[in-house]
Amino acid sequence: MKPIRLTIALLAIVSSSVSSLAGDSDVIGFGEKYVSRNCTWCHGPSLQGFAISPRLAGQGRQYIENQLERLRSHSRNNPYSVAYMANTAASLSPETAHAVAVYLSTLTPETRADGNKDRAAEGEAIFQGGIPSSNVPACAFCHGPEAQGVREMPRLGGQSYYYLKRRLTQWNEGYSGSAEHMPGVASTLSPDNIEALASYLSFVK
Amino acid sequence: MKAISFKLALQTAVLTAVFSTAGLADGGDAAGPAKGDVQTKVEYCKNCHGAAGEGFHGYYTAPRIAGQTVKYFENQFKALLDRKRDDPIAKMFMVHALDGMSPSTRAGVASYFSRLNPPPLERGRGSLAAKGKKIYEDGVPDASVPACFACHGQDAKGDAENPRLAGQLSSYTAAQLAGWTKYRQKDPTTPGASNVMAQIASNLTKPQIEALSAYLSSLK
Repeated sequence: MKPIRLTIALLAIVSSSVSSLAGDSDVIGFGEKYVSRNCTWCHGPSLQGFAISPRLAGQGRQYIENQLERLRSHSRNNPYSVAYMANTAASLSPETAHAVAVYLSTLTPETRADGNKDRAAEGEAIFQGGIPSSNVPACAFCHGPEAQGVREMPRLGGQSYYYLKRRLTQWNEGYSGSAEHMPGVASTLSPDNIEALASYLSFVK
Repeated sequence: MKAISFKLALQTAVLTAVFSTAGLADGGDAAGPAKGDVQTKVEYCKNCHGAAGEGFHGYYTAPRIAGQTVKYFENQFKALLDRKRDDPIAKMFMVHALDGMSPSTRAGVASYFSRLNPPPLERGRGSLAAKGKKIYEDGVPDASVPACFACHGQDAKGDAENPRLAGQLSSYTAAQLAGWTKYRQKDPTTPGASNVMAQIASNLTKPQIEALSAYLSSLK
């Protein structure tokens, strides 16, 4: 082989393996490919959630990356997580997990609005101010005034009532005890508080 | 027979009384003595202020309260409850958080946190912190800014009503200094409002505030 052809061949081999992670748009494209082939089955064609699978669209990148790791390691050990997500998460390389997280964070979330409308006002009060008399902290302090989340703290606004209720209840059942902050917070919430909170959040745009 | 029935009835009555109150759902109404207990309240504070009171960055930032002076705690609780201090985040969360906390619980909470000394949450930024150190130790004579150490101590651990600044989160310190006259000086007669601070804070420039905040955030 002439030197120049060898050079071109080598360049082609090397660049084809790194180009998918070269720039932002490449990362997103890579993530979209993976997600559309693997995640839409359960999480819905536009990742807005379906049945027991939560909405992933518009979720925080850092949060998704952390959850994929916690699912992989079985730190998130509630039955659905273990049955449906642990192996999937384990099959993701760190680069793919990152790309998936970046891609999902770029999608526009839709409000699920599947909670109990009558409990929403009460849930809002708990979300914004907590309940000092029973030591429930104000969720808005970490999750933001519109439950939009930031950094590793997830967006809760518009998430499915059923999913939020299950998550909060599971911490009180002893699952996912190694999560940061939340087991302690959940322990201050009564089932009635959870009902109100999950309802309210499902309507937040 | 009659005696046995009476005993059974009494036992049943006692059990009913005990379990009917223990089974009350938490909904903000069941604020029995255990809920206001200092240890329970301390756990409540830690949700936002950090597991050891070192401060925390949620969507909003809660300042470090570990190692703070008891007198300063007292003054701030009072200023918040009297609405004499209303910097935006404190107004959003602290007034409500202090709701229903008895003076003795507040004192217990203050005492608990005053005795903690976790490492600083932040590391301070090298060159900026060096500039801040100079201001802390020398003041800014040209701008009538006295050296901070004179009141806050060489180690910035404070004394009585002069708060500890060591390890304070930089964004918090900066916000307080920038907003002092607007939010902390509403009533100069408020204990701890500190007329001195209002003057000092207004005399500091924004870069100086940033440098000071960076320096203080790294102090153990």
